[in-house]
Amino acid sequence: MEQPSTHLKIKRAGNVSVVEFADRKILEEISIQEIGSELRGLVETEPGPQLLLNFQNVDHLASAALGMLITLQKKVQEQNGLLKLSNINRQIFQVFKITRLNRVFDIHDTAEKAMESFARV
Amino acid sequence: MKVPPDFGVDDAALTNVTVPNDLRRVREPEAHIMSELKRCGYDDDTIFAIKLAFEEAVTNAVKHGNCNDRSKQVHLRYYVDPQRVVFMVRDEGCGFRPQDVPDPTADENLERPSGRGLMLMQSYMTKVRYGENGREVWLLKENPGRTK
Repeated sequence: MEQPSTHLKIKRAGNVSVVEFADRKILEEISIQEIGSELRGLVETEPGPQLLLNFQNVDHLASAALGMLITLQKKVQEQNGLLKLSNINRQIFQVFKITRLNRVFDIHDTAEKAMESFARV
Repeated sequence: MKVPPDFGVDDAALTNVTVPNDLRRVREPEAHIMSELKRCGYDDDTIFAIKLAFEEAVTNAVKHGNCNDRSKQVHLRYYVDPQRVVFMVRDEGCGFRPQDVPDPTADENLERPSGRGLMLMQSYMTKVRYGENGREVWLLKENPGRTK
């Protein structure tokens, strides 16, 4: 099932919502708010949501987007769900490392590895 | 405030641009800086770092300094050569004390949704200097490909 969105491409794989970003740059405040709102909408509609954010298309990320991801992670945890991130390029992963957010998020090299880790839960 | 003397640039060499308090209006000077960086031979990682720091600085000015007030302006000054890039972003807000911003990498702050912009600028740039009670930030990045 694919849902319309200006910023996100959302597909369902079993119990997991797999999200890809349409924008290469997640920088604009308005876009970040809209992305956050769409992702929270996905999470709020079901108990125990399982969400994979695939960053393969993303090559720039503002700190406000990191804040949006933290808020999303809290929402997912409140719903007893799981949030995983994958395909983060080397430059953006460095941003996660500098901010120590690589310790906060469950980050996988590839979407396939992330999906396998959902299956192991 | 003039360019800090230890940034190694003559103040008269800087380009001055003032734009309305709207992030979309910053795109043109930003694109100019990025094209100059490419022309001067900066590598992709350094351009990524400078773009990130520039975005954080102007976002802070528009959102936090000028409080998204469209009647205010953002003042930019910049200089690019093959050795270094210098830029300044000044807002028309009340200012702030950078030392009052909590360390976002401390364990107790790791899950706070905001406060990472300043430390990212500090991490990625060679020097960061605040002036005008926090209304103005100066950033210097030396080109690692040219630093001896």
